[in-house]
Amino acid sequence: MAVAEQKKTTNAKHEPKVLLELEGIKKYYPIKGGILQRKQGDVKAVENVSLKLFEGESLGVVGESGCGKSTLGKAVLGLEELTEGKIVFQDTEIQDLKRKEKLKFVKEMQMIFQDPFASLNPRQRIGHALEEVFTMHTDMSAKEKRKAVIDLLVEVGLKEEHFYKYPHEFSGGQRQRIGIARAIALNPSFVICDEAVSALDVSVQAQVLKLLKTLQEKYQLSYLFISHDLGVVRYFCDRVLVMYLGNTVELGTVADLFNKPLHPYTQALLSAIPRPSVNAKRKRVRLQGDLPNPANPPSGCPFHTRCPIAAEKCSSEKPAWVEYEPNHFAACHFAGQPIQ
Amino acid sequence: MGETLLEVKNIVTEFRTADGQLPAVRDVSFSLKKGETLCIVGESGCGKSITSLSVIGLLPSNGKITSGEILYEGAPIHNLPAEKMRQIRGNKISMIFQEPMTALNPVLTIGFQIREPLMLHHKLSKSEATKQGIELLKQVGIPYPEKRIDQYPHELSGGMRQRVMIAIALSCNPGLLIADEPTTALDVTIQAQILDLINDLKDKLNMGVMMITHDMGVVAEVADRVMVMYAGKKVEEGLVEEIFNNPKHPYTIGLLNSVPNVDDPDFELEPIPGSLPSLNEQITGCRFHARCKFASDICRNKEPQVVSVSDTHKVSCWLETEVH
Ligand SMILES: Nc1ncnc2c1ncn2[C@@H]1O[C@H](COP(=O)(O)OP(=O)(O)OP(=O)(O)O)[C@@H](O)[C@H]1O
Ligand SMILES: Nc1ncnc2c1ncn2[C@@H]1O[C@H](COP(=O)(O)OP(=O)(O)O)[C@@H](O)[C@H]1O
Ligand code: SF4
Ligand code: SF4
Ligand SMILES: [Mg+2]
Ligand SMILES: [Mg+2]
Repeated sequence: MAVAEQKKTTNAKHEPKVLLELEGIKKYYPIKGGILQRKQGDVKAVENVSLKLFEGESLGVVGESGCGKSTLGKAVLGLEELTEGKIVFQDTEIQDLKRKEKLKFVKEMQMIFQDPFASLNPRQRIGHALEEVFTMHTDMSAKEKRKAVIDLLVEVGLKEEHFYKYPHEFSGGQRQRIGIARAIALNPSFVICDEAVSALDVSVQAQVLKLLKTLQEKYQLSYLFISHDLGVVRYFCDRVLVMYLGNTVELGTVADLFNKPLHPYTQALLSAIPRPSVNAKRKRVRLQGDLPNPANPPSGCPFHTRCPIAAEKCSSEKPAWVEYEPNHFAACHFAGQPIQ
Repeated sequence: MGETLLEVKNIVTEFRTADGQLPAVRDVSFSLKKGETLCIVGESGCGKSITSLSVIGLLPSNGKITSGEILYEGAPIHNLPAEKMRQIRGNKISMIFQEPMTALNPVLTIGFQIREPLMLHHKLSKSEATKQGIELLKQVGIPYPEKRIDQYPHELSGGMRQRVMIAIALSCNPGLLIADEPTTALDVTIQAQILDLINDLKDKLNMGVMMITHDMGVVAEVADRVMVMYAGKKVEEGLVEEIFNNPKHPYTIGLLNSVPNVDDPDFELEPIPGSLPSLNEQITGCRFHARCKFASDICRNKEPQVVSVSDTHKVSCWLETEVH
């Protein structure tokens, strides 16, 4: 195992302080139809997710579009009401808390979106938009707020003069820095990054990833890092969760998951990534077909319609979520069997 | 790989803007052979799309090729009247875009959209066009094409819509296929299918393919040759092996070091500092000098000339001028 990943693994092992625990999280969206708009079924966006997130770690969440990554993130933050399940944050069950009791946790948990500007007022100066965060959650004086915002701007690699600029005057990378500034303003312990670097050019993406890492070390942040880019996830994260059609299919350290993936879907995903190298001509597994409709998921194992090694029992029996090796989970009747 | 298909010679493409006449493509030259894939890479805004839109004659209305020439099979196409250029697009050069949903008409069936070019440019009857359309959908790997042909775009997945776009692009038997970020909006497993498809079709139909992408992984997968652009200029060009194994331009090296390698657990990210200059910024010397860690006085004052590293590998950088 490579040195950097070994370090990551032991880090996770020696400080196993749990920050967040999810127990059987489900989020269904009703499908309505007909003239009476009666409920006709459910989109099972997130189906039974259980996991622990440790202090100071980055947990990557990967999977194809529509597999439930964003829904999971929003559910954890309380932006979506759970259909079922428990969220334990810093030893407190938070899913049913009332608004006022929740406020304390709102400060602790923040989110960075793909385009943080979608929610900004185009006619408000950036500095003033950031000041509002402090107005809402602290009783700082006007002078203190100003100073705090300028410190924040510098912290994320911007300058004092950016305080007076309007949203449209920023480039994509700068916008993301502002999204980060807003997320870390109240000293959270947990930040969800939903495709936070996906819309950025590779060069700018690299700059922003470095910034997120620096902030993590400085403030002991935990990240839930949602991304469809496995290269970025391997670089950035300590552990990875793979999702398929709302289900968790594998969870492990980056080293385990990338070196010995257990689930056929993880294997196929890793095999499909175009590699930026012309020397390693690899034999690739190509998955056939498209993602099934989450409103009408396949019976048994959700992956069986595309799985290269699916057997008879796969279409009737849903595989259980099993810890095959310490800290390495998967849901597959034939976990560990190579698909090529 | 065969004879020369496309030759682009010293084109300059400019936009009329509130800040005056601004060049987005600055004196760019390249060529493409039949059966060859050329990838154009660079950061967003560096001029990749405008270069390819210049070739296919689909520039925005405020854009114009102000000098240089473009030859397709030896004949100039950069100065053709609109009607002639439309014929070229129906018969010789096709393009597919990043977001197939915006390129397909949502209120028309797949069948209508695939029949139209066949009836218009190839003068097929409706039933002949339907038959040919089903053949094309089959060729791009769409299951049950007889059924799909009656469906609307929103009834298909993103990957299938991109297949339909490719089928429509192929309907004219193009000699040249231009693909602008064709897989950027797709998931990796679907992306892999589409890249395989483009590769297979290229071999089978002996097309030239010009592929624009910002994904170095995609480049390594499909390119025979690579052209790297920065701020409207070509800064390096070479065989895909030369660009990946022996990159010379600091910008190319920067791009390669900015992509985390999924196979390398110890990968060190080395971002390129700063960002792309805007079109109206005045830059002397090498256009990359403000972001280059090797920049010296000469870089800031004089534009570097093209240096040949090999017959196929060219770079514009003062570091190389000194070596050669
Ligand atoms: N408000 C909603 N109402 C109904 N269905 C929804 C809603 N939000 C999400 N869904 C559905 O839930 C599923 C999971 O969506 P989600 O946005 O979590 O996917 P994702 O993994 O984040 O995808 P992407 O990679 O495209 O961002 C999808 O099928 C989606 O269409
Ligand atoms: N219609 C237009 N008017 C003015 N400038 C434009 C227009 N279209 C593109 N540009 C500018 O031309 C440059 C090159 O754009 P483009 O070729 O689209 O970049 P990319 O490499 O991302 O494909 C950019 O600076 C862009 O802002
Ligand atoms: S349970 Fe069966 S279908 Fe599902 S991933 Fe495992 S082998 Fe494939
Ligand atoms: S010419 Fe100079 S500034 Fe430009 S890329 Fe080469 S070393 Fe850097
Ligand atoms: Mg999402
Ligand atoms: Mg473009």
